[in-house]
Amino acid sequence: CTSTAMTEREERRFAEVPRESIKLMAESSGVELSEEVAALLAEDVCYRLREATQNSSQFMRHAKRRKLSVEDLNRALRWSNTETICGYGAQDALPFRPLKEGELFFVEDREINLVELALATNIPKGCAETMVRVHVSYLDGKGNLEPQGTVPTAVQSLSEDLLKYYQQITRAILGEDPHLMKVALLDLQSNSKIAALLPYFVYVISGVKSVSHDLDQLNRLLHMVKSLVQNPYLYLGSYVRSLVSSVMYCILEPLAASINPLNDHWTLRDYAALLLSHIFWTHGDLVSGLYHQILLSLQKVLSDPVRPLCSHYGAVVGLHALGWKAVERVLYPHLPAYWANLQAVLDDYSVSNAQVKADGHKVYGAILVAVERLLKMKALSLTLAAEGSGAGLPGTTTGAVSFRENSPGLSPPPEPLSEPPLGIASHLQAGGAGCPWEEWTPVSLPAMYCELYSFFGDSLAVRFSTGLPLGGVPPPGPCQPLEGRKEPASSAPNLENTRKMPQLTASMNISPRQDGSPRMEPQPPSLAATVPGRSLARSSSSSVSRSRSSSSRPGRSTSQSRDIFPKARFPLPQAGPPAFSFIIGGRQMGRRCQGRRFQTSFSPTPPLTTHPPRAYAHKLPVIGRVSKPVRRWTCSHYSLHLPL
Amino acid sequence: MAAVQDGPKELDAEKETKPEILSDGTSNLLGNTASGTLSSSPLTAAPAGGATKMEDQQTLIAVLQFLKRNKLSESVEILRREAGLGEHQEDSQATDGSGGGKGDGDGGDANSLLSRVSITSAAAPQSMPVKKDQPDVSVVLSAYSQQGDPSLYQVYYSGLKNFIESVLDCHRAELSQLFYPLFVHMYLELVYNNHETKAKAFFDKFSGDQECYYQDDLRILCSLTKKEHLKGNEVLLDFRTSRFVLRISRDSYQLLKRHLQERHNNQIWNIIQEHLYIDIFDGMPRSKSQIDSMSGSLAGEARREVNKAKVFYGLLKEPEIEVPLDDEDDEAENEEGKPKKKKTKKDSLGSKSKKQDPNAPQQNRIPLPELKDSDKLDKIMYMKESTKRIRLGPENLPSICFYTFLNAFQGLTAVDFTDDSSLLAGGFADSTVRVWSVTPKKLRKVKSTAELNVIDKESDDVLERIMDEKTASESKILHGHSGPVYGVSFSPDRNYLLSSSEDGTVRLWSLQTFTCLVGYKGHNYPVWDTQFSPFGYYFVSGGHDRVARLWAMDHYQPLRIFAGHLADVTCTRFHPNSNYVATGSTDRTVRLWDVLNGNCVRILTGHKGPIHSLAFSPNGKFLASGSTDGRVLLWDIGHGLMIGELKGHTDTIYALKFSRDGEILASGSMDNTVRLWDSMKAFDEVETDDFTATTGHIHLPDNSQELLLGMYHSKSTPVTHLHFTRRNLLLAAGTYNSQ
Repeated sequence: CTSTAMTEREERRFAEVPRESIKLMAESSGVELSEEVAALLAEDVCYRLREATQNSSQFMRHAKRRKLSVEDLNRALRWSNTETICGYGAQDALPFRPLKEGELFFVEDREINLVELALATNIPKGCAETMVRVHVSYLDGKGNLEPQGTVPTAVQSLSEDLLKYYQQITRAILGEDPHLMKVALLDLQSNSKIAALLPYFVYVISGVKSVSHDLDQLNRLLHMVKSLVQNPYLYLGSYVRSLVSSVMYCILEPLAASINPLNDHWTLRDYAALLLSHIFWTHGDLVSGLYHQILLSLQKVLSDPVRPLCSHYGAVVGLHALGWKAVERVLYPHLPAYWANLQAVLDDYSVSNAQVKADGHKVYGAILVAVERLLKMKALSLTLAAEGSGAGLPGTTTGAVSFRENSPGLSPPPEPLSEPPLGIASHLQAGGAGCPWEEWTPVSLPAMYCELYSFFGDSLAVRFSTGLPLGGVPPPGPCQPLEGRKEPASSAPNLENTRKMPQLTASMNISPRQDGSPRMEPQPPSLAATVPGRSLARSSSSSVSRSRSSSSRPGRSTSQSRDIFPKARFPLPQAGPPAFSFIIGGRQMGRRCQGRRFQTSFSPTPPLTTHPPRAYAHKLPVIGRVSKPVRRWTCSHYSLHLPL
Repeated sequence: MAAVQDGPKELDAEKETKPEILSDGTSNLLGNTASGTLSSSPLTAAPAGGATKMEDQQTLIAVLQFLKRNKLSESVEILRREAGLGEHQEDSQATDGSGGGKGDGDGGDANSLLSRVSITSAAAPQSMPVKKDQPDVSVVLSAYSQQGDPSLYQVYYSGLKNFIESVLDCHRAELSQLFYPLFVHMYLELVYNNHETKAKAFFDKFSGDQECYYQDDLRILCSLTKKEHLKGNEVLLDFRTSRFVLRISRDSYQLLKRHLQERHNNQIWNIIQEHLYIDIFDGMPRSKSQIDSMSGSLAGEARREVNKAKVFYGLLKEPEIEVPLDDEDDEAENEEGKPKKKKTKKDSLGSKSKKQDPNAPQQNRIPLPELKDSDKLDKIMYMKESTKRIRLGPENLPSICFYTFLNAFQGLTAVDFTDDSSLLAGGFADSTVRVWSVTPKKLRKVKSTAELNVIDKESDDVLERIMDEKTASESKILHGHSGPVYGVSFSPDRNYLLSSSEDGTVRLWSLQTFTCLVGYKGHNYPVWDTQFSPFGYYFVSGGHDRVARLWAMDHYQPLRIFAGHLADVTCTRFHPNSNYVATGSTDRTVRLWDVLNGNCVRILTGHKGPIHSLAFSPNGKFLASGSTDGRVLLWDIGHGLMIGELKGHTDTIYALKFSRDGEILASGSMDNTVRLWDSMKAFDEVETDDFTATTGHIHLPDNSQELLLGMYHSKSTPVTHLHFTRRNLLLAAGTYNSQ
């Protein structure tokens, strides 16, 4: 019914009604207009239209809408005593069409057969009742407590957009294009509106069990976990359990993919372990209840000799990821028993065993990494404790300070080394009846070192020296490197040939956070009771005389051949207050000296030489994974004098 | 507080339908207040104080001049005799106004006086601004008839522009304020004198120079090209009837004056004299950012003297209520109307407010309704709840519950929660009001009169018996309005609900019977907002007719009319002590009105868009306002100063609320977010030295990002309303937008 030709003029920035239109409309109602009158009218009509639009916008604003409706304009017209326009209130869009013959535009106005409409059988459904639904959107100003899946049926539970997003994301992540995957993961990490999709993603991730043959897919799913965990807008809530169980699956399960030795499932397990540690670090509050459970399951796997070595490997890296305290409390006590099995594998030189043996080396390497960090952190904790007491020796403090200053890369996070008596410990004591935790006693550092040294020999990159106990005054920290530098001169030929394992130490640096333990660190319950079996081993290892008989250890019979391996030159703590200093050997390639500089070249003390050769230490060529050089390993050695 | 009881009074014809038991309670309340000091007749400004006397005199002089001009000498004589004015007085006033140009407030020539008169007439009750103001417009516009050479306008303007651009930096920012009003007036002069093409050219050449926040006005202006259009255009009318206020330092002003006199640029000088009000101050010229933060309103900045009045922003003393011990909770509730007196324990909150706040108004400055027993019980509940209140802060943000309106195809326009968060009301564009119960307790109506007659009125549970169990439902719909409902407000005692609508009425609904009790007519134009006083009984409404009205529930006519805004009153809020009312307007100012005498005591300028939300801080000291430009401004009421600007929202802010202790300000916007701001920090960082307080020149730190504590997205729901529960849980409400 309207035939308004609009022309847009650049300089006025608003639509105008040309006089031709006015004349046409006048003609249609039977009035003849002169040019002049038409021009004046046209201008006035424009102005009135603009005025009405202006006035109608306030109705829109007060109705709290963004879209100006026909209703708004009609209200404005009504208040200015103008007739309202009828027939444009329909919800559907009204197509505005040009007429080919002339410069005429019109709104399409179809005829509707009312009879047909009235007799139609498909009665339109009435719209749903207006209602109010409430949900807690943000708890204490953080994330969504529950996904907004509680929208009642009237509104789709997932909007089209979200559904699309979900499909696109999963397709991109599980698809072939690595670039697309990267983009999808990045978005998943930062998107603030995907709370409603969380259960769906978690469900997808729980599909790890069905793709255990496909390392690539597993990897992608783990990446998905990482993105979800890192998304600051998501409140994982109870879904975190599902995520953790998926991650644990990747760490521990003897995946179908690992049957083929060409598959690098080791990296997957490492990554999963890293992720586990990340979850514990960032969502400690959510998973604190899981910590103990996970430790138990790791321990179970470790103590099960039927399990394949790759599962054992997973258990070790898992423990490693959970922090040095987990290693101290699960792996370390378990080591003597486990060692026998591993030894058997490693000693079997038959061809048929080659594959298993290679796996055994992997486990060996992982254990080595774990215990090295254990030693390091334990030493550090002692240092700090000593420092804290204030009566530290001057050398100690300087050493510790330099340690802190020099080690941005591997310095542990400000983890409370003297942990508060909270969390798991109490939890364990309350609920964990019958678990071996209750019988656990912390082992002193030298004893631990002695025992570990008995297993690994010089493979241990962590060194402790007696540090010339001259009247109880330990040498200042800086002396230590000098001593170390002298070292290659004496035993270089031997060492350069036999030990090429800097990678082992380097691989400790998987994660910057790994150097510590998760927030919810259990306090070692200091109960006096010890297991007879273990105490036997412990007492033998910690005794100063170290008169350990070869039969005191199970599985020792097979290790006679080990005696040919380098003799331990570990100085035992002398009577009096010996000061230990430990040096962390790092990757020295590309630095001034080649290879590892720090060996056990302590001044041989009489009691030491009388010791039986280290039974378990054996020479291994490159073991453990060959990891990429870690750039953050900036400072290679530190010496700490530990008043023990 | 009046202690005398006036006996039961009937509210209205509609009220009679209410059952007896109910009207007992209400008449008690109404009777008390009706005998108070607030007169019930409408009254715009009380003739009290020297300022008002002066104004009256000015009005008289204006009338005299008008009579003289029209050669009505006899009337002049009579008026002069009756008013007791000397001839010299009149002359001196006149010369003072036209010759001075100092703009010291008490001057003003005939035109300005007339314009002032026209404001009051526009604000008169039942006025219809557009239609009735037309004679005034011609008077006002006649000022434009004294025209210069239209072709020289561009030269004049660019001459001034060149001069301003060449002066020292410190003066340039101040003098640049002249651009916009001069531009508008020169353009209008050209239009008025039918130089259409010249006006267009002038507009095209200089409209780009204006500050970006005037864009909306410029758009309206540029559509005005004919003299005929000037009539009836409201925005223009606003511009004309009020003098644009500029605040300029004396140095800058002298500079400008010297320049204009040297150049004999009379055209511009005339405009400055006639249409602008230059508020000159001594001291440092203001910087650009200082000016920008205060400008943007339709009529320039507020004159300094209008914000000088003392405002009693303190809180009223809480009535002493004996708080029963916790273990007696249930008993106290059962024995309605018998608060336990024995074994009492003073609540910490109660004892705190016992000290009289030095800034508080007198307890009976405004007569307030006496507390009923049920109110006392509610207060006790409130105190108990407040002891369990979560202390909020930057480290401890509130949890947010979102009340999403679903299937609200008709359009949700307003939401309100009761103070105890038990009821939720929504106003809709289809003229309905819906009330929901947020708690499991369902909504029930009172039984019909016939049924009420048969119940045992002596029984203990009579209040329970009068309710009709059959009507229990989760929500109730209230029909009555004939246009979209733009504002809803619960009474503090949860017995009543107010709704304001496009149909020009405010309706009072009973939440006992779910029927309409009264329809308050007076605005005649859409009523944009309404709100109950925090003590009940009074309520305020504001609408398209540019006035806010104060009503009492038992009066069908307003008690006060707050006139002065130059455009629609979009939102209205009561001060926590009920002595003041704040209104926000499309003219981009916030005004504070004294309920006692109807005076405007604060004009707060600085917003660059219509104001759609207001919130007083719980201590009554501060005010927050949110506008369409997505900014929240914070004001110190005592000094009348802007003290903070919170930038972040990308769309109109429709909801503002302080947490119960005032530590957190929550803002909700069309951009589907709720943002939380550290209001404590914002208030603490204010520099309130004497200089700032006297000059009103503030340095606003740009610290929005530091103050922003959190931003929370909804899925696709614009935030219409925010409410803090008594325990500081944040409730948000809005309607889900499916597209």
